[in-house]
Amino acid sequence: MESVTLQVLRYLPEEKSEPFYQDYDVPFQKKWVILDALNYIKDHVDGTLTYRWSCRMGVCGSCGMMVNDQPVLTCETFLETYLPGPIRIAPLSYFAVIRDLVVNTDDFLGKVKRAKPWLITDELKPVTEGEYRQTPDELKEYKQYSMCINCMLCYSACPIVGLDPEFVGPAAVALAQRYNYDSRDDGHGQRNKILMDDDGIYSCTLVGECSVVCPKAVDPAGAIQRYKVTGAVEWWKSVVMPWKSDK
Amino acid sequence: MSVSKNNDPFWWTLFGAGGTISAFFIPIHVVLMGIAIPLGWFDTMDYDRYLELARHPLARLYLFAVISLSLFHWAHRFRYTLYDGLQLKHLEQYIVVFCYGIATAGTFITVILIFSI
Ligand code: SF4
Ligand code: FES
Repeated sequence: MESVTLQVLRYLPEEKSEPFYQDYDVPFQKKWVILDALNYIKDHVDGTLTYRWSCRMGVCGSCGMMVNDQPVLTCETFLETYLPGPIRIAPLSYFAVIRDLVVNTDDFLGKVKRAKPWLITDELKPVTEGEYRQTPDELKEYKQYSMCINCMLCYSACPIVGLDPEFVGPAAVALAQRYNYDSRDDGHGQRNKILMDDDGIYSCTLVGECSVVCPKAVDPAGAIQRYKVTGAVEWWKSVVMPWKSDK
Repeated sequence: MSVSKNNDPFWWTLFGAGGTISAFFIPIHVVLMGIAIPLGWFDTMDYDRYLELARHPLARLYLFAVISLSLFHWAHRFRYTLYDGLQLKHLEQYIVVFCYGIATAGTFITVILIFSI
């Protein structure tokens, strides 16, 4: 049977202080994705290999890794693409590694949380007044941004994230826009505070790699760019008409 | 207040405006004044007519916008080139003063030149 070599970056802090590459040969199967090959190693070769995955269908966003230096979802990236190998597999760039291919997501989730990706309403309607209705056009405004699965690939693709760990980053802005463009939401002003300050949207220099690697076509670069325009308009308004920006 | 504490939206507006205006107009100037006219591709006006044209208030305004905004476009881009390309973000204050300072000085010089045509 044909086989292919996976060079997997391993980090076992209790054994070695430095990460190192370990080679594994796996049988090649046409229908296998990278994750299948890792599962093969885990089940048949080396049970100590550690990595995250769950849905195996590009939905949960947990299986992101660097494959030949590109951030991808390993459950939807076929082995075949990288033949004849060897295929280099490493944890997502710019994140602190906990063990092998598992990275610490705290920093990312903190940034997402600061962008307040939930509906914020000034006044709650009483239930008797019925639901908050939305037209298909209003849905279309934000639907694209709602497709984000928090896979963090965009952070690993972004050179600004690499240089400035405080930069809020692509997905957090896309998720903020998900709610800013929602007709039921009034939270725009609250999100501005975080997103328009130092290390916010204006740190982005529109490299655009985030949108290239995004597996869900969220286009976070576009989300940031639209936010910059809105932010600039609001800034000028606040200078010309300071009494209007009271939020 | 819901707006930013820093001035980035202001610089970014000048950057965006400068990028747009220079992308549209500077290639036209380069082709016309840098290539077509010197090579005599077509008959044009003589120098005095150009001078007259450049003295028109709208032409002055146009020249001011193209030159000044292009300078601010450069300043903003160079600021981030120094931050990210040369990784000098720790010198932020100096870089900001240096880049936008040059653009501001260039703008003053532009005004002087435009009015002394
Ligand atoms: S924007 Fe795209 S790449 Fe970034 S976390 Fe969301 S789904 Fe992943
Ligand atoms: S395992 Fe869920 S996205 Fe890959």
